Amino acid sequence: MRNLILFVWKHSFLFLFLLLETICIYLVVRNNNFQRAGFVNSANQVSANVLKTSKNIEDYFYLKNENENLAKENADLRSHSLVSFSMLVNDLYEVNDTVYSQKYTYTSCKVVNNSINRRNNYLTLNKGAKQGIQHDMAVITSTGVVGVVKDVSENFCTVMSLLHSKSTISSKIKKNGFFGPLTWDGENFSYATLNDIPSHVQLLKGDTIVTSAYSLAFPENIMIGTVESFERKSGEFFFTVKVKLSTDFKKLSYVYVVNNLQKLEQEELEKRSETDN
Amino acid sequence: MLNSIIRNIIRFILLVLVQVLIIKNLELGRFINPFIYVLFIIILPFETPKWLLLLSAFALGITIDMFYDTAGMHAAACVFMAYVRPGILKLFSPRDGYEIGTQPTIQYLGVPWFLSYSGILIVLHHFVLFYIEIFRLSEFFSTFLRVIVSSVFTMLLVVFSQYLFHRKKEQE
Repeated sequence: MRNLILFVWKHSFLFLFLLLETICIYLVVRNNNFQRAGFVNSANQVSANVLKTSKNIEDYFYLKNENENLAKENADLRSHSLVSFSMLVNDLYEVNDTVYSQKYTYTSCKVVNNSINRRNNYLTLNKGAKQGIQHDMAVITSTGVVGVVKDVSENFCTVMSLLHSKSTISSKIKKNGFFGPLTWDGENFSYATLNDIPSHVQLLKGDTIVTSAYSLAFPENIMIGTVESFERKSGEFFFTVKVKLSTDFKKLSYVYVVNNLQKLEQEELEKRSETDN
Repeated sequence: MLNSIIRNIIRFILLVLVQVLIIKNLELGRFINPFIYVLFIIILPFETPKWLLLLSAFALGITIDMFYDTAGMHAAACVFMAYVRPGILKLFSPRDGYEIGTQPTIQYLGVPWFLSYSGILIVLHHFVLFYIEIFRLSEFFSTFLRVIVSSVFTMLLVVFSQYLFHRKKEQE
């Protein structure tokens, strides 16, 4: 025993090194498991506040652009609101709440931290558990899909961007409904790859890619991007489609977090069916 | 002694702020991610105890991880870098050893010595960092290119900052 202690003491430098590296690897692995990581992320108070201050200053440079987008979106929403429709149908106009139950609610958030030039990119938003944000909620913007909420603290949350090696979004071709997983190969922040589209599907450059209905987080038909090019590798029966993303990840500043009100119900039902078998 | 500790703590905070507020926001393309903060480990004084070297490298890495959302990756790379530092210093030591009171900087030991010493440490740090980040071999060569290109840019920043502080000292 005494020899052992002497041995450890003599090589204390090596052992301290091994101990610290073990802690690091433990943190990395736990984070990779896509569970809530605890302390070491940008949602903790100190780093989030520093980033928020710097983002506040930066935002002034983008005000003009953002205003234009908001005005555009307002106009779009106004054209969809009931006021613009009721005039046409005159006295027959009615809203029946028992038929249309609400499925999604949207929370507007500000991006306080963002990256695009790494292999695994994350965003930090200025709302958290106190504002009702939860793990695994979808994040979109007026131009398209952004990512999925990963960690939540009291007032902040981090988002795994679409630009991440582990991010997969179930998407489909809008015109004919063929679906497949969309991933990011890490080359360029404005292009992603759509796989598993059968080779008999007629594809054209410019076809719209949207989210499919199979995702629990994303509402159906949210814009993802357009087809840039497609190819079939010899011996395979599927197209690999290069998709130009409609969201400019470089310019994100306000996003919406989507809450699926019926998610729990669907999850429980599906779990019950699986355990029955 | 106390003076040197305070100076190093201030340097720690400054380098972290420069890294996360300025360099992190520079968009130089996907292959170029310079990490100037490693300068802190490079120019810690020669007589720093080995355990303190490891612990301060760990603290530096974890702080950067908080801002980069990388949970432990930077810390792992920094601790590795701190672990090999004494060996590299021994490898490059002058015949009579290092003079007491000097620091491993360009001012004291000259450009060729500093370039080879910090170059090896920076490449090792970036190598560990990028391969932990990707954690697979399928993108081996593109990751390798990232290591080399980013190291060169970190190197440029490190040398540049050395001259910046050097001139300041002369004016005082």
